Amino acid sequence: MIAKLMNRKIFTLLKVQYSNMLEYRVEIALWAISGIIPFFMLNIWTNNNLNESINISDVMLSRYFLCAFFVRQFSVVWVVFSFEEDSLLGKVSPYLIQPLNPFFRYFAQHLAEQITRFPFALIIAFFFFIFNPESIWIPNLVILLLSIISTFLSFLIQFLIQSIVACLCFWTEKASSIERLLFIPTLFLSGLLAPVVSFPAYVKSWIYLTPFPYLIDFPANLLSGNETNISGGLSMQILWIFLLFPLFKKIWSEGTKKYTAMGS
Amino acid sequence: MVQNIIDVRNLSKSFDISSKEPGLKGTIKHFFRRQTKTLKVIKDISFEIKEGEIVGFLGANGAGKTTILKMLCGLIYPSEGSILVSGYLPFRRKENFLKNITLIMGQKQQLIWDLPPIESFYLNASIYDLDKFEAKKRIKKLSEMLEIDEELFIPVRKLSLGQRMKSELLAALIHEPNILFLDEPTLGLDINAQRNLRKFLQKYNKETNATICLTSHYMKDITSLCKRVICVQEGKISYDGKLDLLLKKLSPVKEILIVCRSEDDAIKLENSGFTVKNKIKNEITIKIENDSITSSLKTILNNFDIEDLFINEPPIDEIIGKVLIKKDYDS
Repeated sequence: MIAKLMNRKIFTLLKVQYSNMLEYRVEIALWAISGIIPFFMLNIWTNNNLNESINISDVMLSRYFLCAFFVRQFSVVWVVFSFEEDSLLGKVSPYLIQPLNPFFRYFAQHLAEQITRFPFALIIAFFFFIFNPESIWIPNLVILLLSIISTFLSFLIQFLIQSIVACLCFWTEKASSIERLLFIPTLFLSGLLAPVVSFPAYVKSWIYLTPFPYLIDFPANLLSGNETNISGGLSMQILWIFLLFPLFKKIWSEGTKKYTAMGS
Repeated sequence: MVQNIIDVRNLSKSFDISSKEPGLKGTIKHFFRRQTKTLKVIKDISFEIKEGEIVGFLGANGAGKTTILKMLCGLIYPSEGSILVSGYLPFRRKENFLKNITLIMGQKQQLIWDLPPIESFYLNASIYDLDKFEAKKRIKKLSEMLEIDEELFIPVRKLSLGQRMKSELLAALIHEPNILFLDEPTLGLDINAQRNLRKFLQKYNKETNATICLTSHYMKDITSLCKRVICVQEGKISYDGKLDLLLKKLSPVKEILIVCRSEDDAIKLENSGFTVKNKIKNEITIKIENDSITSSLKTILNNFDIEDLFINEPPIDEIIGKVLIKKDYDS
């Protein structure tokens, strides 16, 4: 019963947020285009034959970066910025006295935005294949499903990390500065600029203990068909979600006690 | 006997506030060493509110009215004391408590800016677990009460302030709350919109027996809606009681302008023992205490040749303005 009601709330939230996102379709198309860093990185890697050092063929590397682009498109999170603005301007106040955690709104906003982004990402992939016809491949259904799950788990990890940082607004007001600190390891260790396999062995062993390689590297490798430990990767993603969720709940409950409802 | 729906005991609230000296030196000093001080904005207040009551909170800017409302609805955590609203501790924000209350802030909005209000209404309906049929029924009823129709389908950003405020009200009331916290709900509205909003709130209170806690700087809101007012001054309650009594206390005398038939009558009246404010030819202004106004007027009309008389009620804003200056009205 509770699950049914919850689903109805989430479904309505999604529907409304999707309508809202459609109002911004041009902006979303531009966001999708702005996420083409992996293609620049592909260019740098192939032009300098860097892939030879890690024993990945040109084709597999181009597939990896295309998948990294796709994973990034469907796991990008900005909740800390939205929450910070809403919190500083007092917009979060009406949501706090509704029987639904305000983070569900942001969650639905992100999902709706991903749905809106999907066709634009497909168009970009289409053009990618025109210029790189040798990279065309069709992943098998099981791998595709596991990749979708893994990308969603990656989104959940990033959403939880940013939500925890967002809750620091209750103490610091400028939590986005802390998020910027996290952006650096996310950029370098997630696999967005280079597959994690290209790092020295001793660095890699440390990187795999952090959540970062499970954000892009693991789902991108999975989807592109590169060799990867599927069960290990998925388990680590789930483990990070299990670690981050109670932390978020705790920090949320402590933070709301500190809320001063400024700006309202 | 009507039950208390709100019970506040020895409530206090403090905020930590950082201060900075002006200029570059102050900025550098502030960067290295933050100076914070604890400001007690609500100081040990207690009051009760009965079910169905409409209570106005009066006070100057920064007196603590909005902070009280925010604590009553569970938005902020009290530093000391206890609050019970409808049997719940507001800050715990239990689902059943949240389904019973609403908070409307005149300067804040919850409607989705780029979508028509109807989308926000259905969203709120699902948040409050109303099915589509019930939601439709309530939207119809409330929109009729608020006299909005086509506006429901126009993006919020294209609505006027008055239309937006009505839509905000509808969004905030779709779950038919028993307790309404209204923080300056008529802020920025034109006179007609203000009047319509007041009419709506009166009707809502009458039909649902909802309890309404209201802050407003527009005295008309207070005088037309609230029988009881709570005056807040520097975080303390300086008056809690009937509005009429407060007005009597703050303005115990009325000024009466009497136009006599002749100047001789005016002189006779001047010397008859009334407190005279001024006299110009045959026109004389006297001050009479509210309690003796009927008997005094009878005496004047029976004993003097009067052409006309005018009772000057001091403007309500002027009287209430004294609330912001005077300390304690019970003493």
